[in-house]
Amino acid sequence: MTVFRDNVQRNWYIALLVGLLLLPRVLPDYTVDLSLVFIYGLCGISLMVLAGYTGLVSLGHAAFLGIGAYAHVYFIHDLHLPWIVSVALACVITAAVGVLVGLPALRMTGVYLTIATLAFALIIQEVFSRWEHVTGGLKGKPVDKPVLFGISFANDVAFYMLCLAFLIGGVWLTVNILRAPTGRAWVAIRDSEIAAQSLGVNLAVYKTMAFGYSAALMGLAGALFAHKIGFLAPDIFSVLLSIQLLLMVVVGGLGSLHGAIYGAVFVAILPVLISQARDAMPAWGGLDRFMKQPGLEPGLFGLILVLFILFEPLGIYGRWAKIKLYFSMFPLYKRATFRRQKAYMRSERLR
Amino acid sequence: MDIILQLVLNGVAVGCIYGLIALGFVLIYKATELVNFAQGDLLMLGAFICYMFVVWYGLAYWAAFALAIAIVALFGAALDATVLRRVIGQPQFAVVMLTIGLGAIFRSFASITWGSEIYTLPTPFSARATRVGGVTVSHEYVSIIVGTIVLCAALYAFFRYTKFGVAMQAASQNQLAAYYMGIPVKRMFSLIWAISAGVAAIAGVLLAPVSLIDINLGFIGLKAFAAAVLGGFGSIPGALVGGITIGLIELLAGAYLPHGFKDVAAYVVLLLVLAIRPQGMFGAAGRKRV
Repeated sequence: MTVFRDNVQRNWYIALLVGLLLLPRVLPDYTVDLSLVFIYGLCGISLMVLAGYTGLVSLGHAAFLGIGAYAHVYFIHDLHLPWIVSVALACVITAAVGVLVGLPALRMTGVYLTIATLAFALIIQEVFSRWEHVTGGLKGKPVDKPVLFGISFANDVAFYMLCLAFLIGGVWLTVNILRAPTGRAWVAIRDSEIAAQSLGVNLAVYKTMAFGYSAALMGLAGALFAHKIGFLAPDIFSVLLSIQLLLMVVVGGLGSLHGAIYGAVFVAILPVLISQARDAMPAWGGLDRFMKQPGLEPGLFGLILVLFILFEPLGIYGRWAKIKLYFSMFPLYKRATFRRQKAYMRSERLR
Repeated sequence: MDIILQLVLNGVAVGCIYGLIALGFVLIYKATELVNFAQGDLLMLGAFICYMFVVWYGLAYWAAFALAIAIVALFGAALDATVLRRVIGQPQFAVVMLTIGLGAIFRSFASITWGSEIYTLPTPFSARATRVGGVTVSHEYVSIIVGTIVLCAALYAFFRYTKFGVAMQAASQNQLAAYYMGIPVKRMFSLIWAISAGVAAIAGVLLAPVSLIDINLGFIGLKAFAAAVLGGFGSIPGALVGGITIGLIELLAGAYLPHGFKDVAAYVVLLLVLAIRPQGMFGAAGRKRV
């Protein structure tokens, strides 16, 4: 299938792939952080499909990540299933849970859905800490390094390649689904449910499908995430992680797969940058002590989120699109091209 | 029998706190259609400010209480004027993310200013109790219930009988029509934010002696969502009734159901309400308009 627009675009992507394959050699100290970027990339795509393309905002995606992680670890450690089978089963289970969450969600719109998924995530987190013979409870559960077909992926570079391969697979699948009737139906639902329904889109089927697909991707990410962190505990999959996942799609830019990846890079790299900045901070007027406060980082994330929503609602992708248009239209660029009309009268109470 | 009465009393008191937070959600939602995910964090700020005045600066409890309400209310109005007014008319998702981000900033601010330890707020009601029959009535719980009743009466009178209150009701029913009638809609919205933030501060100060003050106090706001949804998201009496119901269910679940159900009872109720009767107990069923 023709995934690329033209040969130029294809060559750029091939160059990117080569660059990514060589990156562990260039930056050997950051290989572990970079594999986190790929895992977050999968999470970002998952949430982008749901929030950015179908318009269903979920504040409970950390729960799907957790279900995927715990299911995968249970299958490989307690049932001793092969790795690939275990990952596939983890995806199937998260997809099933996603459909189960999606079904009652059909009756909810807008913020109610957000609140419902939030409640679901909080319940699941409690289940993780209580269902001890599967999840290990509050004591947590150690995770071994992945072993595929007898080959160990314990080495950081090997794990990096594994995550990269899964991310490419996920992106390829998602790009194709989004070009297919299914993806078009999702976008139609996002833009107007009534119009989509009038054109023959079955809301129930497509919304549940979006939930199921998004959850399955999240389950895959969860399986990799379990190996990445090496130790599962219920408080990892908290509301704060869900918020971080949403931060990813907002900062990246809602409604674009590029955005999901940009957001993943941003969210995974920012803590690394912050810790580097902390060490390098000069001691002017106690600035270094201020930067070393433990509570600062979540606030910084919050601040970035607020600034993006106020000043660049389309995220990094939107900024990139504007810069590109500026150069291609030069000198005729008009800022008003991207100005959105505010809908004061439109009420989401009755939509 | 005494045990049940005891549970009911405590449940109503906790439920009043949920009700007050839910009231804050509902006031803002009715007026501006924004859902404020930072409401719980405003509550946390209120509790911390009161603590700071009482313990650090040695003010009397009531003076500190009043100051905390005033500061948080002013802060709420400023927040509306500078940040939230810009997102009116944007998709609800943007607003949800914006208030979540604000909540994270507030928590960070609290942890930097007051530290991440756990504090107790000394009050005139602390550690005092009266026995009525077989029930131990602790004064802290009574203060919560009485405070809620007084506050609700005051708010009811304000919205029913004052010019400002009626203007606010008009603005929340139809922004444009209210604007044509000469109501300063923007100022009304700031005022509603101030009231809502003030209510959150009151809830925080009332909650402080029962719970402990730390930067994660605001997560109680998540349970208040259950209260607001149960009552129908746009109904003020619904928020209070919903809050008290959630409080009762939670305490009874803690007493009679296996371990672990107490913490999730509110969320289970929330999901059930949304799945079965999304408009809640008091909400009007919305019809789709094409």
